[in-house]
Amino acid sequence: MSDRTPPRPGPAPEPRRTGTDSGAPAQDRGRGETKGPDRGAPARGRGRAAQARPFNVTTMPGFATVAILAFVLLYVPIVTMVIYSFNASDSVALWGGFSTRWYAIAWENDFVQEATIRSLVIATSAAVIASTLATMAALGTTRRKRFRGQTLIYVMINQPLMVPEIVTAVALLIFFAAIKTATGYTGLAYLILAHSAFCVPFAYLPIRARLEGMDLTLERAAADLYATPFQTFRRITLPLMAPGIAAGAMLSFVISLDDVIITEFVKSAGQDTLPTYMLGQLRRAVTPEVNAISTALLVLTVLLLTAFFLLTRKRG
Amino acid sequence: MALSNSGKNGWLLSIPALILLIFGAAGPLLIVVVYSFLEPGDFSGVIWNFTTEAWFRVFFERDIFDGTVSTADAHLTIFWRSLKLSILTTLATFLIGFPMAWFIATQPPNRRAAWLFLITIPFWTNLLIRTFAILEVIRNQGLLNSFLIWLGVIDAPLQILYTDTAVLIGMAYVYLPLMVLPLFAAIDRFDFKLIEAGYDLYASRWRVLRRIVIPIVRPGIVAGSILVFVPSLGAYVTPRILGGGKNMMLGNFIELQFGQGRNWPLGAALSMLLLVIVLTALLAYVRATSVEDRHNV
Repeated sequence: MSDRTPPRPGPAPEPRRTGTDSGAPAQDRGRGETKGPDRGAPARGRGRAAQARPFNVTTMPGFATVAILAFVLLYVPIVTMVIYSFNASDSVALWGGFSTRWYAIAWENDFVQEATIRSLVIATSAAVIASTLATMAALGTTRRKRFRGQTLIYVMINQPLMVPEIVTAVALLIFFAAIKTATGYTGLAYLILAHSAFCVPFAYLPIRARLEGMDLTLERAAADLYATPFQTFRRITLPLMAPGIAAGAMLSFVISLDDVIITEFVKSAGQDTLPTYMLGQLRRAVTPEVNAISTALLVLTVLLLTAFFLLTRKRG
Repeated sequence: MALSNSGKNGWLLSIPALILLIFGAAGPLLIVVVYSFLEPGDFSGVIWNFTTEAWFRVFFERDIFDGTVSTADAHLTIFWRSLKLSILTTLATFLIGFPMAWFIATQPPNRRAAWLFLITIPFWTNLLIRTFAILEVIRNQGLLNSFLIWLGVIDAPLQILYTDTAVLIGMAYVYLPLMVLPLFAAIDRFDFKLIEAGYDLYASRWRVLRRIVIPIVRPGIVAGSILVFVPSLGAYVTPRILGGGKNMMLGNFIELQFGQGRNWPLGAALSMLLLVIVLTALLAYVRATSVEDRHNV
């Protein structure tokens, strides 16, 4: 995916003044002169005006309207859900005044409690296992010369992202069913194993990104100063890559907490997690209790995401 | 060891992760292939006899009484619905997502982060929660129908829920961020001076968009389309909640074979069919992008 290349078809001319900043990371610089003070102004409804001022080349008529509308539509259902979680009435359709009773009901529901604890146990285990193994794999596959089988390792690690979840779920159902009959063990380990596996790529990507941004100068300096390999790893490499590992662990946690399909297929009887419990509830009459649980999960996700962004934000 | 890039056997560090993935993801896929060639057991599971019956039954059916073979129309309807809804979802998310990505990418840098965050929150929010949220909006007593009745457009609530339209709306809603993010990445790197050059040469806006912008951001378009199309095709949660029992998609049909259908081999064959379609799409994507790279270098 290369940028800043002239379009192949069509009569578009060779751009004369491009390439001046092609080496720079385009993210926050780039674009040079088009980013005049004019660009600060919202592009909304300026189709005609922009015609008269051809220098605001970033304006496309109607785009801003569609975008704003889409953002509103994206949030209307979520906001509605949050609002109705505070509904006092039994109905999800009629507003009966503000109340937190559905949170209390959900909190006191034994099934919800058990499912919550189970979800947290699985997500924490999966996050720890996946980020540990992903850290090792990232150390093994980045910052070294290309080697035979490297692509195979990448494909293997990212495989859960490529195979439709329903297919993996079916495969694990068959595999674990056989093991369950053979061993008689029906505990949480199956769910933890499955969750850890599909979390590996989510943990691997931020960790690898972090590692690739670190050069070897400090490690070499440490080695020059007679640090043992373990000391170098413990005192230099690990602290430097820690934000990546934390980010990977957090993503894994969120991904595991959200999983419905694989859990639904792998779980033994009475092993509902919060999402599969909710899915089961949706089959029956929907009560605002589901809204309350959803809102709580939503808040947790937003908090973790904010932390993730702060961790991975590039300085400067 | 792992500490520098000089070590020869550093890749050995990937082994634990690979073992986990072999047992927890990749390996069982091979078992699915095997199961698709076995006979279904009476209640569940399989009988270990080799047969291609399951694969046959994916596309054809035999009359119980006289044994005449005809195409399995019920199955084909489900395949067609899955394909149609996935393509429509991809198109809808592109038509809405492109202006969104463009809008975010042309914001001043300080505001861009905030808009991006707004698209990332739904992206990471539980799919089930988002499907549930859209269910609340399109149900008969939901927000949409109340709003339309209040406007006076309709007299009685529209039955949207449990139709293909509901599944389409739901999938477009939940997968929209998957389209916007790669499109944004592509547009963000786009050199807007090229547009200026186009206008200087008297190109119309539409022409600039079609002949300059779209060809350059094409990798982003392809990536977004793949990211939306692949999960749409294998969707399970959204069609299950919004489509009701009748409007099944491939994912739900597969689940049925392992539940009430009690035909594991047929389910296994259907899963493999889905996998093959998805991998073909991914392969086409990889080839399309590598051709792109070769042209551009």
